Amino acid sequence: MRIAVLAVQGAFVEHEKVLHSMGIDTLELRKKKDLCNSFDGLILPGGESTVQGKLLKELDMFDELRERIENGLPVLGTCAGLILLAESISNDDHTHFGTLPVKVKRNAYGRQLGSFFAQEELKGLGRVPMKFIRAPYIEDVSEGVEILSRVGGNIVAVRYKNQIGLSFHPELCKDTRIHQLFVDI
Amino acid sequence: MEQRRYELNKELAQMLKGGVIMDVTNPQQAKIAEKAGACAVMALERIPADIRAAGGVSRMSDPKMIKGIQEAVSIPVMAKCRIGHFAEAQILEAIEIDYIDESEVLSPADDVYHIDKTKFKVPFVCGAKDLGEALRRINEGASMIRTKGEPGTGDIVQAVRHMRMMNRQISRIVSMREDELFNEAKELQVPYELVLYVHEKGRLPVVNFAAGGVATPADAALMMQLGAEGVFVGSGIFKSGDPEKRANAIVKAVTNYNDYKMLAELSEDLGEAMVGINEQEIELLMAERGK
Repeated sequence: MRIAVLAVQGAFVEHEKVLHSMGIDTLELRKKKDLCNSFDGLILPGGESTVQGKLLKELDMFDELRERIENGLPVLGTCAGLILLAESISNDDHTHFGTLPVKVKRNAYGRQLGSFFAQEELKGLGRVPMKFIRAPYIEDVSEGVEILSRVGGNIVAVRYKNQIGLSFHPELCKDTRIHQLFVDI
Repeated sequence: MEQRRYELNKELAQMLKGGVIMDVTNPQQAKIAEKAGACAVMALERIPADIRAAGGVSRMSDPKMIKGIQEAVSIPVMAKCRIGHFAEAQILEAIEIDYIDESEVLSPADDVYHIDKTKFKVPFVCGAKDLGEALRRINEGASMIRTKGEPGTGDIVQAVRHMRMMNRQISRIVSMREDELFNEAKELQVPYELVLYVHEKGRLPVVNFAAGGVATPADAALMMQLGAEGVFVGSGIFKSGDPEKRANAIVKAVTNYNDYKMLAELSEDLGEAMVGINEQEIELLMAERGK
């Protein structure tokens, strides 16, 4: 199995390290040519969604990746990755892939002083460590979207068919259960 | 500072990796930078090239001007305080800045002590020209390091020198016997634990960016190939002929720093680069501030 990690900007190396520790091969996506290699799943890492969304388009990977996600390619979006997947963003006119029918709020906890750590239940996994860094949360979900976790009343993890969206960063914790959940799709 | 907060602060820097942090002096420039793909902006009243030209004492920017930039963009906003000026840092923390740069670009406020950054909740980035400086700043609580380079010159030579120096010192420590690490800690004037970390992991315990003198996409690619995890561009953008185009090109050069064909395309037709001052013409070496 090989998992592609979007590597245009952000914390992509951290995801690769987790996958390597699980014995899974990875592939970095930096430009269109990289899409010629085969892969079985896609991770959209943390970073700045404005930068990643722009580079996806300008480096000509956007259309093909969106099509593949719509056709069932398993995808895990963390933090900025969740924003890339969201169908609508309450405090931004720009959307990106728009394949995940949820409404997210960017920088929902405010600036860096609002960043925090929590340990909360995630459906099917029990309590998992969660790091929120200038994180978004999900304000609303459409029918068919399964809510996996809430923190302080806000939705922070969802699954919809082949897509998992998280407000937080599982790649920064030693816990590999969420990555396992993803590769099991 | 509690350990968990420090971890989150180091991790915010991890999220900035592979990105370009741009100096901006007003909301308009901040918007141009964000649109061009900056992963964060550094809000300051005068860019380093103008600080050099103006001379005199340069200080923290007006909080009102910083707040205007915070309102204009959704990406993280950083701002500079003077070396050792903890009151300026307190003010920046009070306006909820995302990162404070305790910077040699401004006039130092203290020629002995740096800020005790462990007393703050907001993260700090500091400049370093060698491993000793980097580890001393980390010991004081910095959660991100950048090369000092020589700001406002458009001359990359110093940033290259600082990055190579750091890499060389790290490789040396990695190849040392464990019983030599104690003396190395003494030589570098840093705690043994930090030297041990470098010995075991072969890297700094925090993210390391390049800064000071980056003016072209090729400069950015050079620094990334030398091991920088991202790039600060100060005067290089808004002192050039076509800031928007140059900013765009530098962002893409940082992502695809190993794709020479793409770098060639990105380097085309960017208009005039900042004029720059070469190493021999520099009258004020900012990198010598704060060791």
